[in-house]
Parts: sequence; structure tokens; C-alpha cells
Amino acid sequence: MRLASKGGSARRVPLRVVVLFILPAFALFAVFLLFPLLQAVSYSFFDWKGTRQQGFIGIDNYIRLFTDLPFSEQIPRALGHNLLFFAGTVVLQNSIGLFLAVQLQRFKRMRRLFQTLYTTPYLVSPLVVGYLWSLLLSPQFGLVNEALRVVGLDALALPWLGDPTLALPVLILISVWQWMGFPVLLYGAALGGLPVELNDAAAIDGANGWKRFRYVTGPMLTPVIGTVSILTFISSMEVFTLAYAVGGSTGSPAGATDVLSLLFYRVSFQSGLIDALGLSSALATLMLIFIFGGAVLATRLLARQERKLS
Amino acid sequence: MTNLTLGRTDRYRPRKKRHFKVHPLIWIAMWGYAAISAVPLLIMFLNSFRSSAELIANPWPFTTSPTIENYVNAWTQASFATYVGNSVIVTVGAVVLSTAVSLPAAYALSRWQFVGNRLLQALFISGLMVPMMLAILPIFYLMDSLNLIDSPLSLILIYGANGVPFSIFVLSAFFRQLPVELEEAASIDGSGYFRTFLQVMLPLVWPAVATVAVFRFVPIWNEFLMPLVLLRSRENYTISVGLTTFFSEYETDRASLFAGLVIATIPLLILFILATKQIVQGLTAGLGK
Repeated sequence: MRLASKGGSARRVPLRVVVLFILPAFALFAVFLLFPLLQAVSYSFFDWKGTRQQGFIGIDNYIRLFTDLPFSEQIPRALGHNLLFFAGTVVLQNSIGLFLAVQLQRFKRMRRLFQTLYTTPYLVSPLVVGYLWSLLLSPQFGLVNEALRVVGLDALALPWLGDPTLALPVLILISVWQWMGFPVLLYGAALGGLPVELNDAAAIDGANGWKRFRYVTGPMLTPVIGTVSILTFISSMEVFTLAYAVGGSTGSPAGATDVLSLLFYRVSFQSGLIDALGLSSALATLMLIFIFGGAVLATRLLARQERKLS
Repeated sequence: MTNLTLGRTDRYRPRKKRHFKVHPLIWIAMWGYAAISAVPLLIMFLNSFRSSAELIANPWPFTTSPTIENYVNAWTQASFATYVGNSVIVTVGAVVLSTAVSLPAAYALSRWQFVGNRLLQALFISGLMVPMMLAILPIFYLMDSLNLIDSPLSLILIYGANGVPFSIFVLSAFFRQLPVELEEAASIDGSGYFRTFLQVMLPLVWPAVATVAVFRFVPIWNEFLMPLVLLRSRENYTISVGLTTFFSEYETDRASLFAGLVIATIPLLILFILATKQIVQGLTAGLGK
């Protein structure tokens, strides 16, 4: 990704003008985002008593995260939940979303209506989405279980968000429900931009619908599928608000919906430890490396794949 | 391929007709998913007009005597009027701030060559991939030292800073498309850098500014962690923190809960209706690389 134009204006602009144009944005970005992030990294290498910095202790905070209870137990569990969250979201979005987007190409007058309907949940705050589904899925007065009972599926009227084995899959489904419009719109835009001639040529050569998708349309969508997957990775790793609305800061029931950002929040503000600042900074640094590193790596792989295709 | 084959396929598969030949199962699938998307929100809307007693007696979202009492409750007693007002101030303030500082920066980065340009671009772009929540503790102490805890200004500054990478990214893409001749002509006419930027270039990227504003509005309106940590008093709460307080206090008054959820959603719905064009344009512009 590069912002500058290739040929463009090679104008020599005086340095002081450049500084005047860039400084406001840079200062805001540096003071309120970049610098605090770097501070969090540096905090992780020190011992803390409340908000007072003590001596440099190397990677002791990191070691404690992996050896001291409850962290050594909760970190792998939360990370596992985040990874499941990513896997579930990516599979469902790329199958259902792609299917809907491909089928929408056949519709002309109805396309806008369907796109709008599929996109509406995206407009609703994750907090509202979480609370709304908690109300709808409630075992006592929720409409979902009432509807299941009416059609005779009493056995399926389960405590969806109260059962530790069901809570995480349901949370993932809620998130997929909320974000589905995004892949549908993006894939729709990408499909709309593909040359029709290729598909027509394949049809003339006798390729059926699935084959045309598998060998013609599909490969041409690789870049946009990759982009959607990378964005899904980032959002799955930092999911916070939806999980908080559904399971509170402890990820109830019994930590079944606990994710890294909830854990980070608890270590930072609810652990009551005197050296919480060092531990939470170490956790933040690990998450930063994991999310940023994963996203950069995936972007690189995607770029290489794209070069191979073109 | 010969003209003959093309002619034949045209006869057997007229292009126009393909759009209307939809298999009934596909038709059902499309409407089925539309229902899955929209019905829960419709239920939320319908339930907000029913009384609590009715909600308990009958889980189905229909009523013969709709009431706006829930909205009156939420708006006045549960201080939703205050929350919505604060959220509007914070969101508009942050969007204006990040767009205002990003416009000149995006212009300079995309059209001028200078030492460090590449490095700055890489820095801003990497800002797209870092979650700001990880900086929450240093941000908290920074705001504490600036005496900005429990102030909406702290949120405006944080969200403003967080919006810079995205705004620069999108605005640069638009600035890059403008012809060089514009600046050359302006410079021959004796226009300085600032006048060229403000009077020649800026008016040409207004559509992009609208796109950036719309796309920043939604996540800022919905953001929850920063106000949860930085705000203390109820009169400063934004809608997201207000909503969590409301949910714990009104737990038994389910009817009012539904009204609260609708109130939190309406501003985004209005924005969507006003700016559908910008949203679709923004998504497709991102694909153009």
C-alpha cells in the first residue's frame, strides 16, 4: 500500500510548508495513540506499585502471565475463544456471504432492497445487538424459545446463552449475523467489477454454474476474500463490546465467552493487584504483537498470492 | 471463437433474460436470510411500544394498544436525552477534528515529495491495524495529568487521533486522482501552497470528506471501552455507557429496555438513510486500491 502518486507532481516544496501541513495530524496521532502504545510496551518491562514505577525487571511480567494463576489458565482459554471466533466468523462469512453476493448478481430491481436488509444489523451498536439477543434468547420470556415450542421443537428450547457449551457458538452466530452485510456488499462490489466476457466465454465453452464460479469468478475474488478475512482477523482478536454485553466482564457463563480483550480489561481494572499495570501492559504488548504481526503477515501473503495470479 | 458460435449462444441465452430466471429455492434463500437479518430488529421496534405487563404475558411482539410510555421513561427518567446529546457532541467533535487535521496531511503525503514521506505513510498505515484499547492505561494517565478525566474532550481527542490513519488513507486515494495540471495552473496564477490547497484542491475532494465522516461516525458512536474507563459522572455519559447503566438499573422493566435499544439505534439509522450513497461509494472506492 502506497499513498504517493507514481509520476505525479515532483514539486519541491519548502520544508516548513510540509511541516505545517503534516504536523497537526502527526501530533494528534502521536500524542494520543502512538506514544501511549509505545508507553504500554515500555511499562511491561518494569515493576509497578500502583501507578509508581519501580525497577526494571526484564521479562518478569511476561513470565508471570504464563506461570501465575489465574492468568496462566485464562490466557490460553481466552486466546482459544478468539481463534474459534475468527474461524467461525471467517467460514460463515465467506460461505454464506459469498453465496448471497453471487446470487444477488442475478437480481436487478430487488438487489438494493436485499443489500439494505442484509446490512441493517451492521448499523446497530454491538452493545445493542448483545442486549437484544440476550432478551430474545432468554429461557424464561425470550421469543426464540417460545417460537420453537409453538412449532413443537420443545427439545431445542435451550438456555442458549446460559449453557457453557452453547454460549460461545451462539456469540459467534450473533456476531456473524451483525456483520454479514459487510462481506455481501464488498463481494457484490467486486463481482460487479469483474469483466462479464470471461464468464460468458466459460459458459460458451460449456462450464456450468459451479465450474464457472470455481475456475473463473472465484480465483478473481481472491484479493477481496483475503481483505475481508484479514479485517475479520483483526476484529475477532479485539472483540470486546459484544462479548461484554452478552457475558459481562467475566465472560459468563463460567468464562465460556471470555476473550482476550475482556481479560485485558479485568487485569487492568479489576484484578486489584498492586502490580496490575506491569501485567496488563505485558498482556497488551503480546496482543499487539499477535494482532499487528498476524495482520501484516497475512497482508504480505495475500500480496504474494495476488502477484502469482496476475 | 468464431462469430457463428457467438451468434448461436446469443440466440439461445439472451443476456437480458438471465437476470429474471431465478430458481424458487434461491428466491426462498434470499428472502429467508433477509428475514433473519431484519426480523430481530423489527421485534425490538415493535416491543418498544408495548407495556411491561404485556411483554411478560405474551412473548409475541404484537399489541392492540401501543404506548409511547417506554420512550418517555427512557428519555426523561433514565436520562437518555443527556446520553444522546453527549454522544452527538463527542462523535461530531472527533470526526471534525480528525478530518480537519487529516486533509492537509493527506494532501501533502499524496502529492509532494519530501524526505521521510514514505516513513510517515508507513507509520500512518500501520495505525490502521493497531487496536487503540491496548493503550488504555497510558491514555488514562495522560488524561489524568491533563485533568481531562470525566470530560467529553478526552474522548474527542482519542477518537480524533484514532481516526487519523483511516482518514489519511481514504483522502490520499482521492487527492491522488486529481490532475497535476490543477496545481501547476494555480501556481502560474501566483497562488501559494495554502491557497492552492484551500481553494483549488479542497473543493474537489468534498465527496471523499463525506465518505470519511460517515465511516468514522458509526464506530465512534458505538465505541464503549473508552467512555467506560474515562467517564465518571452520569451527566457526561455517552449513549453506550448510559445503555449499560440503564440495563442494570431497569432490568425488570423490559419494555423500557427495548425503547432504550431503539433510541440508541435511531441516530445511526438516520445517518444511513441520509448517506447510503456515501457508504456504497466508500466501499467500492476501497476496492479500487
